[in-house]
Amino acid sequence: MSKVRVSVGTRKGAFILSSDGTRSRWDIQGPHFGGWEIYHVKGSPADPDRLYASQTTAWFGQIIQRSDDGGKTWFQPGTPPGESTTTPEGFPKGESNKFVYDTSTETGKPMGDHLFYDGTSRPWEFKRVWHLEPSLANPDVLYAGVEDAALFRSSDGGTTWQELSGLRGHQSGSQWMPGAGGMCLHTIILDPAAGQRMFVAISAAGVFRSDNAGATWRPVNSGLRSDLLPNPDSEVGHCAHHITVHPSRPDVLFLQNHWNVFRSDNAGESWRQVNGNLPSDFGYTIQVHPHEAETIYVVPISSGFEHYPPEGKLRVFRSKTGGDQWEALTKGLPRRDCYVNVLRDAMAVDSLEPAGVYFGTTGGQVYASPDGGDSWRAIARDLPSVLSVEVQTLP
Amino acid sequence: MIRVVLPPHLRKLARVEGEVKLQVTGRVTQASILDALEANYPMLRGTVRDHVTGERRPLVRFFACQSDFSNEPPDFPLPEAVARGSEPFLIVGAIAGG
Repeated sequence: MSKVRVSVGTRKGAFILSSDGTRSRWDIQGPHFGGWEIYHVKGSPADPDRLYASQTTAWFGQIIQRSDDGGKTWFQPGTPPGESTTTPEGFPKGESNKFVYDTSTETGKPMGDHLFYDGTSRPWEFKRVWHLEPSLANPDVLYAGVEDAALFRSSDGGTTWQELSGLRGHQSGSQWMPGAGGMCLHTIILDPAAGQRMFVAISAAGVFRSDNAGATWRPVNSGLRSDLLPNPDSEVGHCAHHITVHPSRPDVLFLQNHWNVFRSDNAGESWRQVNGNLPSDFGYTIQVHPHEAETIYVVPISSGFEHYPPEGKLRVFRSKTGGDQWEALTKGLPRRDCYVNVLRDAMAVDSLEPAGVYFGTTGGQVYASPDGGDSWRAIARDLPSVLSVEVQTLP
Repeated sequence: MIRVVLPPHLRKLARVEGEVKLQVTGRVTQASILDALEANYPMLRGTVRDHVTGERRPLVRFFACQSDFSNEPPDFPLPEAVARGSEPFLIVGAIAGG
């Protein structure tokens, strides 16, 4: 029978939740890395036992953790104790937590500047890894989306990292600015159909697309509208919260933007709003059903500053028409006095039949639905505030 | 041997309990202690001082002999009691809430 592994990143550690295919009883392991913020944990599609985790604190910075046994044990990829930290030529070796921006040949400093909240220019400064995206084919290859917004790649299982600086070097880079959570690259989509195509989303810059494996990038934000920008239809500056795509239709993207839900049917060339009857246009997360490419899920959140469910009711909204028409999914979810948030990386789906849908809250609950969203129950209720949820369906 | 007390976060990363004991050659300074610490516990690289600049991370402090050495230059000699191993060198996460 198939099994399901749910990897949960929280403000105070990582947890691994496991069940068989019935998804009725859950075992919880953790906390791993107790006391550290775990922004993201994700497994390799090419090797289900290979997991990567982003571990961070304001005090001691960034750590990358890796497990080769499905999350039972973890280690930091890198130079073993006693081994030289420099190459025979005397150059510093890379490290698993060393994210160094490409530098300007003129100044030797991280190339370019970006905008701060007040419109003044600031130099790029690495703060943390928000999202890890393992390659679809090679477990040693993965991408990291970081704050300040940039994309890094590792081809040695997280031991060393190199920036794909064509993104930050795009001529619009100087116009990117932080969202409330920082200027973060939080979504990375590797196109399963066209190996060279990638999408990323940045708050607050928008959606970007590469057609050459990340070497060069262009913004694909036509149709998005952000009323707090001097030009609401600007090419960049949009606070894209999360993107999802169904593997069978890589040209169809669904986006939960800071305001409004959008879809694109042409790989980001243009977007159209599909809010329909949602109770709020704001939210963070969005997911697509594993077997039904027009079925999507969002969790509407009140406004841009309240950040809790409308009316205190925690509801997942499902559209079976790719947007515009939405139904509230409430069975098993709190129907009153609920004021948690569901963050952008905190929803995921398994690939069983019927499909499972999972999401975590800032109140520490992880909810699961084994029937595509029709009914829900908490499979963990009292974890630290949940930052991310990822799911693996195991043989 | 130099005695170093790590904060709980870093003890967990380094998989040690209690104090860490280090052999330091030459003058005993912040820099020489951190060099020895990172050579023996490479998982701590980048957590106490920046990978590139070598500067102390902003929310890390260095104490010894009831004194704060956080803002002394990295090559500033530490007290003889630290060099003798009769007093530990403390790496501390600053009080910053949370």
